[in-house]
Amino acid sequence: MNWKTFYALLARDGRVARRNLLPMLLQNLLQPLLFTFVFGRVMTASGMMPEAYKSMLLPGVMAISMMLAGVQAVAMPLITEFQFTREIEDRLLAPIEISWLAVEKITAGMIQATFAGLIVIPAAWLLMGSGVNLDFGHPLEFLVVALLVALFSATGGLALGCSVGQTQIGLMFSLVLAPMMMFGCAYYPWKALESFPILHIAVLINPLVYASEGLRGALVPQVPHMNTLVVIAALAFIDVALLYVGLKKFRQKAVS
Amino acid sequence: MGIGIRTENLRKVYETPPPMAARGAGFSFIPQRSGPKKKFELVALESVSFEIRAGEIFGLLGPNGAGKSTTIGILTTRTEPTSGRAFIGEYDVWREQVKAKRLIGVVPQRPNLDFSLTAREILTFHGAYFGQSARERERRADELLEKFKLTDRATHMVRTFSGGMMQRMVIARAMMHDPEVLFLDEPSAGLDPQTRLLLWEIIRDYNRQGKTIVLTTHYMDEADALCDRLAIIDHGRIISEGTPAELKASIPGGYLLRLRFDRADEVLLDELRKLSGVNEVRPVEGDGADLYADRGGQLIGPIVNATQAAGSELRDVRISEPSLETLFLHHTGRSLRD
Repeated sequence: MNWKTFYALLARDGRVARRNLLPMLLQNLLQPLLFTFVFGRVMTASGMMPEAYKSMLLPGVMAISMMLAGVQAVAMPLITEFQFTREIEDRLLAPIEISWLAVEKITAGMIQATFAGLIVIPAAWLLMGSGVNLDFGHPLEFLVVALLVALFSATGGLALGCSVGQTQIGLMFSLVLAPMMMFGCAYYPWKALESFPILHIAVLINPLVYASEGLRGALVPQVPHMNTLVVIAALAFIDVALLYVGLKKFRQKAVS
Repeated sequence: MGIGIRTENLRKVYETPPPMAARGAGFSFIPQRSGPKKKFELVALESVSFEIRAGEIFGLLGPNGAGKSTTIGILTTRTEPTSGRAFIGEYDVWREQVKAKRLIGVVPQRPNLDFSLTAREILTFHGAYFGQSARERERRADELLEKFKLTDRATHMVRTFSGGMMQRMVIARAMMHDPEVLFLDEPSAGLDPQTRLLLWEIIRDYNRQGKTIVLTTHYMDEADALCDRLAIIDHGRIISEGTPAELKASIPGGYLLRLRFDRADEVLLDELRKLSGVNEVRPVEGDGADLYADRGGQLIGPIVNATQAAGSELRDVRISEPSLETLFLHHTGRSLRD
């Protein structure tokens, strides 16, 4: 393993990310934060939603933002760079095994996802006004869950980015990411689906469910949520599976 | 020291359409029916073996789709051979990829610059990937930008560059880490004549430092002017190998006269074969004949007489002096541009 090269690759992604900081933030955070404002502020202030909804909503919004940030950070550049311009070629020729380039992409995606998640906490708090009750009493649990969520978003980005062509980016959003967000238990707890027995079970294939429920368990334990151990086990399994698929697809894309 | 290159029975069969750079018109398609679904299979290379000596300029010459880019792809770790082995120096390219990658620089057929970076950053990050210190990569980048006349555009994003500037950038980038072996895939495609001469000078200059150069081209004059040794490749096979002079000497007679008649029959061809100085006569489709001879213009008179004696009429004559073009024609029966 060649750390100098790995670090240089990471530095290159860092340079590009800093250059695109503002559009990137708007792309990943604007939509979840607008949702936060409408449902967490407008609807609760007008009495159409209970005050308690605010605390329930915040971890979900954080999960969505992390997922979007990680997927975008990894998938979008890969889709472009593997197109006919083959912009990635120079890095594939760098003196490092090509799977490490994929790992570097995942690392960069995790950093961006974590960054997005950390911005959401104060931003959502400010947007919703008083009444958000966050509990930072379980830092280790929070750290583990947040890292697994970041890893899920970045490995998911790798798998998606190596499977989707440039012309299918729109489809990726409407067919994969939008349903994941809607059925990801981000805007409501998993418990709320109990009255829809089929859906209650079906959504369990959606990694975002564990991300939302896990962050809920870590940040707002007073709200109903899944058992944290179940969440950690499920996320770890999903991360490993996505990593395996992503690395395999990356290799197929990289070597002809 | 210098680094040599060796390949052993390289074979490559694509099961999905190959990347752009390797795509061409001349691939041999073998459509196979396996069950209801048609399987894509495309033989790009068929048992290619050659050896490139340390410090030489070696050319792979052939028409589009002959297998040149696939060969380069295998040697540069970008294309996995179906079978066979390739070595850069002592390293097996597909077993010791990282070590092989350290020794090589690659100029691709079409610019694949990192469009998210500026010209200068492309060079400095490239240097960083190869472990150069900050000071060293700044110095090298300055030198190369100067050499390739890009200093005034150093801080611009490369996506705004013209085609020629991008081409210069990819060459500068390939030289950034001072590789022992430089691969150039169709380096002068799309360059104006002036830039082409500049490129040749840069290649020769780099070669003088003891570096091995491997280039592909379908320009005969480029291969002739630049290469110490050549391999002519067609339909995934090496059909001839040697120095340009050796290869040219291998053509019977050396001169090629391409003739066209109103009608060409066996009687006429036999008449032509009898002419003194003619080594070989090959019929060509459409009432033509390729005549290999040891002289050129002096044969026109006898040819006209022989044609008349056979009751035909000569319509067109083209004389080619000994060149790689005639060599290619001799071996493949088609022109490089066919």
